[in-house]
Amino acid sequence: MNLPLFKYGFFNDNVSLIIAVIIGIGFGFALERAGFGNSRILAAQFYFRDMRVFKVMFTAIVTAMLGVFYFAWIGWVDLSLIYITPTYILPQVTGGLILGVGFVIGGYCPGTSLVSMSTGRIDGLMYVVGVFGGVFIFGEMFPLVESFYNSTPMGQITLPQLVNLPYGLLVFLVVLMAIGGFIGAEKVEKYFAAKDMEKVK
Amino acid sequence: MSLTNTISATADQVKEKTAKAYSNPYIAGVGLGLVLLAAFLIMGRGLGASGAFTSVISTGLNTVIPEHAQSNAFFSEYISDGSVSPLKDWLVFEVIGVILGGFLSGALAGRLKRTVEKGPNISVKGRLTFAFIGGGLMGIGAKMARGCTSGQALTGGALLNVGSWAFMMMVFAGAYATAYFIRRQWL
Repeated sequence: MNLPLFKYGFFNDNVSLIIAVIIGIGFGFALERAGFGNSRILAAQFYFRDMRVFKVMFTAIVTAMLGVFYFAWIGWVDLSLIYITPTYILPQVTGGLILGVGFVIGGYCPGTSLVSMSTGRIDGLMYVVGVFGGVFIFGEMFPLVESFYNSTPMGQITLPQLVNLPYGLLVFLVVLMAIGGFIGAEKVEKYFAAKDMEKVK
Repeated sequence: MSLTNTISATADQVKEKTAKAYSNPYIAGVGLGLVLLAAFLIMGRGLGASGAFTSVISTGLNTVIPEHAQSNAFFSEYISDGSVSPLKDWLVFEVIGVILGGFLSGALAGRLKRTVEKGPNISVKGRLTFAFIGGGLMGIGAKMARGCTSGQALTGGALLNVGSWAFMMMVFAGAYATAYFIRRQWL
């Protein structure tokens, strides 16, 4: 097999847009099934009441990571043909922090807000409007932040390259970490559920 | 008036009861992971969301104030040479799919509902204001970080991208650090 198909010219740009819609439908469907069209469920993560954000996100990361690793291992996919966003560590850390604050204030991230909006949530719609505003503001102030935006470039770099360990070992460590995280998440939920029950009494 | 209110409230309750519970998070996670894997294997790229917002804004600005948009280094990159519309973009089409897929899933589970999701201690107006402000911060943060929870955390996370993992830690840090101060919105 020659994967990724698109990179080997199995279909043209126009077909890729149809595939985009199909993959998007799967993405939106999965987000809605997970409960991510509902800001209360997403926000509950940050009050330890429902750890779904962590559970869904890390199950998805582990699933896709293992899949890619497996297909690369049997030689069906050329890993170097899967696009990796270059790392600019300082702007990414700063952006992540701002985004995290926006996540708990607004109750969504861009993808989940679209699902929320399409299932009728007015807060999701307002959030979408807000994201447009934020992107506009960022674009307008881009000349001011451009040098910071392009600072601390590290190129396209993965964790195994950074710490100089085999790819498979890092995959294994992430799986271990995720399993530990899931066990912890279940415990945290039980602890806070019991605590909330006491308050009611 | 009060009678119609009562009737619509009862109708809402009935609807609420028929809405199915959300999926098991681990099963939903595997589903989401398989979609992401399909994107990797078919397209050689991951999922995204915030990039589509930028394409739409850039197109809008290029229509209303073209000179201004093209002189801006950030927007002009999305407009490029103007031979192809920035809306003819993979992420824009993917996001159209996200909207459709979310609607489809919600419809099948009886979860389509025109409502405002919020905690019991905040007004609708307050919640919508927070949603708008949060969205704004998200827009700024996502552009600064070159991606959002989809393009960075999920996609880059699965590819063991260094910047994505640093980004992801900071998202959780920022959200947990802020949660206490706005607890009245949710709890």
